[in-house]
Amino acid sequence: MRTWPTIMNRILKPALAGLICLIGFTPLAIGADAYKIGGLFSVTGRGSFLGDPEKKSMEMAIEAINQAGGIDGKLLETVIYDTEGDPQKAVSGISRLINKDEVIAIIGPSNTPPSLAVKSFAERAGVPLISCAAGITITQPVTPWTFKTAQSDAQAVSAVYAHMKGRNIKTIGILTVADSFGESGKHQLLSQAPDFGIKVVCEESFGAKDTDMTAQLTKIRKEKPDAIVCWGTNPGPAVVAKNAQQLGIDIPLYQSHGVASPNFIKLAGDASEGIYLPTGKILVAGLLPETDPQKPVLQKYIQEYESRYQQPVSGFGGYAYDAVHLLAKALKGANGDRNKIRQALENITGHVGISGVFNMSETEHNGLSPEAFVMVRIQNGTWALEP
Amino acid sequence: MKAFTRNCSEKIMTQSSLHETLRIGLLAGAVAAAGILFDNAYHIQVLVFIGINTILTLGLNLLMGYTGQISLGHAAFYGIGAYTSAILTVHFQFSPWLALVPSLGLAVLVALIVGIPTLKLSGYYLAMGTLGFGMIVFIVFRELDFWTGGSSGLAGIPSLKIGPVDLTSGRNFYYLVWGAVLGTLVVSRRLIESRVGRALRSIHGSEHAAMAIGVNTQAYKLQVFVFSAFLAALAGFLYAHCIGFISPGSFDFMASVRMVTMVVIGGMASIWGALLGASLLTLLPEWLHAFAEYEMIVYGLILMLVMIFLPQGLLRGLLDIYERSRNA
Amino acid sequence: MQELLQYIFSGLTNGAIYAVIALGFSILYGATRLINFAHGEFVMLGALGLISLWQGLKIPLAIALVLAVLGVALIGFLFERLAIRTVSRPEPIVLIIITVGASIFLRGVGMLVWGKDAHSAPAFFSFAPIDVMGAKLLVQSIWILGVVVALTFALHAFFKKTLVGKAMTAASISKKAAWLTGIPYEWMILLAFVLSTATGAVAGVIITPITMCSYDMGTLLGLKGFCSAMLGGLGSLWGALAGGIVLGVLESLGAGFLSSGYKDAIAFGLLLAILYIRPSGIFGAKDLHRF
Repeated sequence: MRTWPTIMNRILKPALAGLICLIGFTPLAIGADAYKIGGLFSVTGRGSFLGDPEKKSMEMAIEAINQAGGIDGKLLETVIYDTEGDPQKAVSGISRLINKDEVIAIIGPSNTPPSLAVKSFAERAGVPLISCAAGITITQPVTPWTFKTAQSDAQAVSAVYAHMKGRNIKTIGILTVADSFGESGKHQLLSQAPDFGIKVVCEESFGAKDTDMTAQLTKIRKEKPDAIVCWGTNPGPAVVAKNAQQLGIDIPLYQSHGVASPNFIKLAGDASEGIYLPTGKILVAGLLPETDPQKPVLQKYIQEYESRYQQPVSGFGGYAYDAVHLLAKALKGANGDRNKIRQALENITGHVGISGVFNMSETEHNGLSPEAFVMVRIQNGTWALEP
Repeated sequence: MKAFTRNCSEKIMTQSSLHETLRIGLLAGAVAAAGILFDNAYHIQVLVFIGINTILTLGLNLLMGYTGQISLGHAAFYGIGAYTSAILTVHFQFSPWLALVPSLGLAVLVALIVGIPTLKLSGYYLAMGTLGFGMIVFIVFRELDFWTGGSSGLAGIPSLKIGPVDLTSGRNFYYLVWGAVLGTLVVSRRLIESRVGRALRSIHGSEHAAMAIGVNTQAYKLQVFVFSAFLAALAGFLYAHCIGFISPGSFDFMASVRMVTMVVIGGMASIWGALLGASLLTLLPEWLHAFAEYEMIVYGLILMLVMIFLPQGLLRGLLDIYERSRNA
Repeated sequence: MQELLQYIFSGLTNGAIYAVIALGFSILYGATRLINFAHGEFVMLGALGLISLWQGLKIPLAIALVLAVLGVALIGFLFERLAIRTVSRPEPIVLIIITVGASIFLRGVGMLVWGKDAHSAPAFFSFAPIDVMGAKLLVQSIWILGVVVALTFALHAFFKKTLVGKAMTAASISKKAAWLTGIPYEWMILLAFVLSTATGAVAGVIITPITMCSYDMGTLLGLKGFCSAMLGGLGSLWGALAGGIVLGVLESLGAGFLSSGYKDAIAFGLLLAILYIRPSGIFGAKDLHRF
């Protein structure tokens, strides 16, 4: 008769060990059948109006891909962390995604400072990073692993200046927000002005949460420019619009694509009448000609997003949506090899997305052209395409 | 007689300080072990951040604990350390080690300039003065965009090297940071056990009584203030060269508030409290990831609950609970 | 000349906002020697609460105003009961960290309830801006100033003339003496909190038409309001009013004549100057626990 210790040692313990091994390895086995994609968005905190729709768009896009069978038979899994717009949290986040969650690619961050902070980590680890932030320095100069889907402010400024040139505007005053979006815009406004024969006669700035900009507008008005350009994201520019109306300023007011959302019109009320701004085509999808290749893509996205989340779509969510689809294209046939994914991303041309038509290459990791922007004018509380 | 009392008044190796030395030695051992055992780069990264935050809050912990002064602008010194080194290495091609000296030096200088008039005030006034000072420094970081890159930040900060060994890669940097942490713990310990420390403890007990027996409270408060600025700047230097990118948003008013919170949660006037507070407040956001939208609510709730039930800080609070349960 | 006038007018607009927020800080400090770091968040709750009630639920303006203020006062009541009263060791530094935690907590709640976008409300009365020599003054700004002045008068009368007000003043001067004369000290603290947060809510509701309201609007406003209270002398009601106006006007003049980027630095530079030159503020701070 075998004694209890012998039963324990010969049968139960090895069985237990085997069971533990099985359980321990099983997650790996399941994991091997899915591609893990990381996401870093400012869902709360600074720039949450960017990160929130971006996260929702990414989840929606990946769900749709999974429902259609995934990529090469493998499903996509998302791991999304909140950066709160803070570079340090973004660094912790990307370290966790790369080393703990072992994702094959990362989408985000939503803002420029976190993007610049995590860039070197992605480059060193050799993980494709598709940022949704606007800063032009993210992909210029080009580095092997970093891409971005958001339009650059350089293109937005060009669109604004081209429109102004058409109206014979020669002098402008600029009013920018004291954050990375506003400062980057100011830099572009100042550097591109001579190319369009425009002179900047006054530069002022305001804080993102400031409540009154009449002092700055008064200072700009004194210099008697032909037009005023305000560069920032809500709510500041809405206050500027209201203040300009209160002061009785009647020269044209241009805003940036940072306020290209219905919320701006709601905030500024009737002070928004007659304001010009550049925007991605999503805002005026319904007004585009039928021949525009982006129109069907935009309408599909708007319909999907609004029916799923019961919320109006915002132009910013599109950056993450585009990133997911670009990545999906690159994942096909790459079999999880990060280098192949990277090269595939660089080879994508003619991809019709929300933010524009993407043409990537070895030397171009943003892939958008000035056509990504159209100029609109706010008329009767809604958008009207400018020719 | 004088020599005898002077010798006695210098560092006395009491039993508690022997225990303290042992504890620091134990920590050193734990650090070395963790460096070998933790091989996931993410865990190493988190430990690096804990180390930087410990150095950052150590000086503030001593300032608040021993002199009862709250500094609400300490992130300014953190930023001065980071930006000075960043500007010198990026714009002027200084070697990082060379840039360390002016980084620390500038912070010390600014601390003297700000501290001398402000420490004369009493009550909440140092808190207010440091608040204003911190905000002004933040705005300067943001506005001097030719040097600092403005709100978009300054990228391309070079990594630290000793000869051919690149110190910014994971584990190497971990050893550098924690070596610095241990160094600052030792220095702080010596400070507390020296004449300066005893004077500080007398001020902590009662500032008036200390003044009555001839302790120059102003001078000692200033010394601690400058020391805390020195440590904050050191942390800033390490932070800048760790991530390679800095922006003003990391040194704003909320950063100062976070530092104060780390001190109070951990426990004031205690180097181990600094370590505990820094660890907890660095790890908490990592643990709260699962809460997503509720993270802020949970974070705020935890702060409030800890302060309501353990106002002496977690270190002493937990030790008290442990002692009470042992005696019960 | 037109510019100077315009700068002063816009300074008055901002100054009125800072003043009404500063009132809340001074009330609380005067009675309890406490600084409520979460005060800005109570302002936010008042503002967003009004927008939800008035614009969202379409409740008439007058009723919505009262409801918003009462609602926030109730939250202040709960805050004092649950978070402040229960502290086992009520030292200033501990209480300050509790209010820091509360501000983060309230911001998180605000974010969940009202989302991340900004909201705005139309003006209470639609009048065109008043034109003075080419400079425009908003009617809403005059209205805010009026409310702040009236509020200050009312509070002053409350503390000097009514029994409850005098009891509060007495309790803040000496806890023991108040207890001896039968004044319930704890109730006085509670009342101070409720009064302070209610004032914060009033600040929030009257500034909704001229500012954009979002869950994170409270931080900077609270900071500026606090600086104003310090400037005028913490604990002094008239000081809060004066400090706010002075800060607003000087900020605006600084933005206009010097640099708009550094205008926030002006506020804090002033704070430092006041601290070194006259720490008790323009009207004298209340180290003596007196209104």
